[in-house]
Amino acid sequence: MAEAIRRVTIVGASLAGLRAAEALRRLGYDGALTLVGDERHRPYDRPPLSKQLLLGTWTPEQTFFRQKDGYDPLALDMRLGVPAASLDLRARRVTLADGTWADYDRLIVATGARVRTLPAMAPRPGLLVLRTLDDALALREALTGAARVAVVGMGFIGLEVAAACRARGVRVTAIELLPVPLAPIVGPALGEMLLAMHGDHGVEVRTGVSVTGIYGEPRIAGVALSDGSRVDADVVVVGIGVIPNTEWLEGSGLTLDHGIICNGSGEAAPGVYAAGDVARMANAWYGDAPRIEHWTNAVEQGVHVVEQMLGGSGAAASFSSVPYFWSDQYDRKIQFVGRARPHDEVVVVDGSVAERRLTALYRRGDRVVACLTVNQPRALIKYRKLLASNPSWAAALADLSAT
Amino acid sequence: MKVVVDLSSCDLHGLCVEAAPEVFEIGDDGALHLLNETPSADLRAKVDKAVRECPTGAISISE
Repeated sequence: MAEAIRRVTIVGASLAGLRAAEALRRLGYDGALTLVGDERHRPYDRPPLSKQLLLGTWTPEQTFFRQKDGYDPLALDMRLGVPAASLDLRARRVTLADGTWADYDRLIVATGARVRTLPAMAPRPGLLVLRTLDDALALREALTGAARVAVVGMGFIGLEVAAACRARGVRVTAIELLPVPLAPIVGPALGEMLLAMHGDHGVEVRTGVSVTGIYGEPRIAGVALSDGSRVDADVVVVGIGVIPNTEWLEGSGLTLDHGIICNGSGEAAPGVYAAGDVARMANAWYGDAPRIEHWTNAVEQGVHVVEQMLGGSGAAASFSSVPYFWSDQYDRKIQFVGRARPHDEVVVVDGSVAERRLTALYRRGDRVVACLTVNQPRALIKYRKLLASNPSWAAALADLSAT
Repeated sequence: MKVVVDLSSCDLHGLCVEAAPEVFEIGDDGALHLLNETPSADLRAKVDKAVRECPTGAISISE
């Protein structure tokens, strides 16, 4: 692979894809650069969709990473509104759904993920999801005049949608299959706190139940639950996770297993890299090749694969990163860093559940493996830095008493 | 280079502090402080990292 790189194609015009394109130019790559995106919009930022956009405080334009003329310095062949259809590794060609193609010397796959839906929930007016800018605009429109919303799935997206609805004065019922939402991610005690926080703000919560069907024709009127009850709603928002967009790669020769399997350089095959939500990149800190759906992960991987591709940047060959995400709900900022498992011990080291303002550390054996904060951003910064060194529990506590 | 921070969009994620501690700091007052508005060119890579990793896009470089 010592030949000069003259054509780079990036499939996926979102955060990871854009950061990769920016890194290529920053590091001096001056060859052809094609960016393919299945949505009609130029790259935009997703976190504001469930917050500022739903609340109506931001226009769609404010979610765009760059305005139109901001793309001139990147000199991209930007092909928006057309998904990739197949990959031919031997011919080094990506064929798009409209029959056109993009050839490459190096390929970056950043096709992200799409929302999961429920088989019991056939599409109909009033039944919505939130993943894309168009989804957010449709939901915002639907919330105008909505009297009652049901949110199915109390993951972070569902909780942010519930919070946005309450801020808009809309009645909300939130439905979750687990007895305690997010317990596998943040632990049961803090999951209970999040649940209670939404109760404080008037969200009616229904946990430990699944949705068995929907009713209302042609427009949705509510959902039926596994305990035999019904929840009336004129808008139903489903947020039950995402599926990586890898179908177009089936049969290509890449290894697919709930994402694209790639090594610590992000390489899935010679000359082919994956980054962002679609990638399962070996992560030295994590000790596995997880698929991570967080904002910072998309940035880091988008840049990492370019550094590996171009070489000579002195970048470490193996990806190593402590996962980090945040969520804004009401006046609370929830931040989480690390990797928790259900049986980790959770210790609140500052603040309290009652105040809804705290710092919690996750302990596994003699190690601290994760940290969650609510409205304590400085503590999060401190522990994010500390966690990178795989600290002992004693070291984390010593660090605590030192401040 | 000149570093510009839009404090109204800063959300205190602190990723800039990790990327370029010579330039950014979160003070005891809980606010972001720009320690050096015109860092030398050898800090360029670090400041670039701070810019691209800022979740709210609050940091920019004006040449």
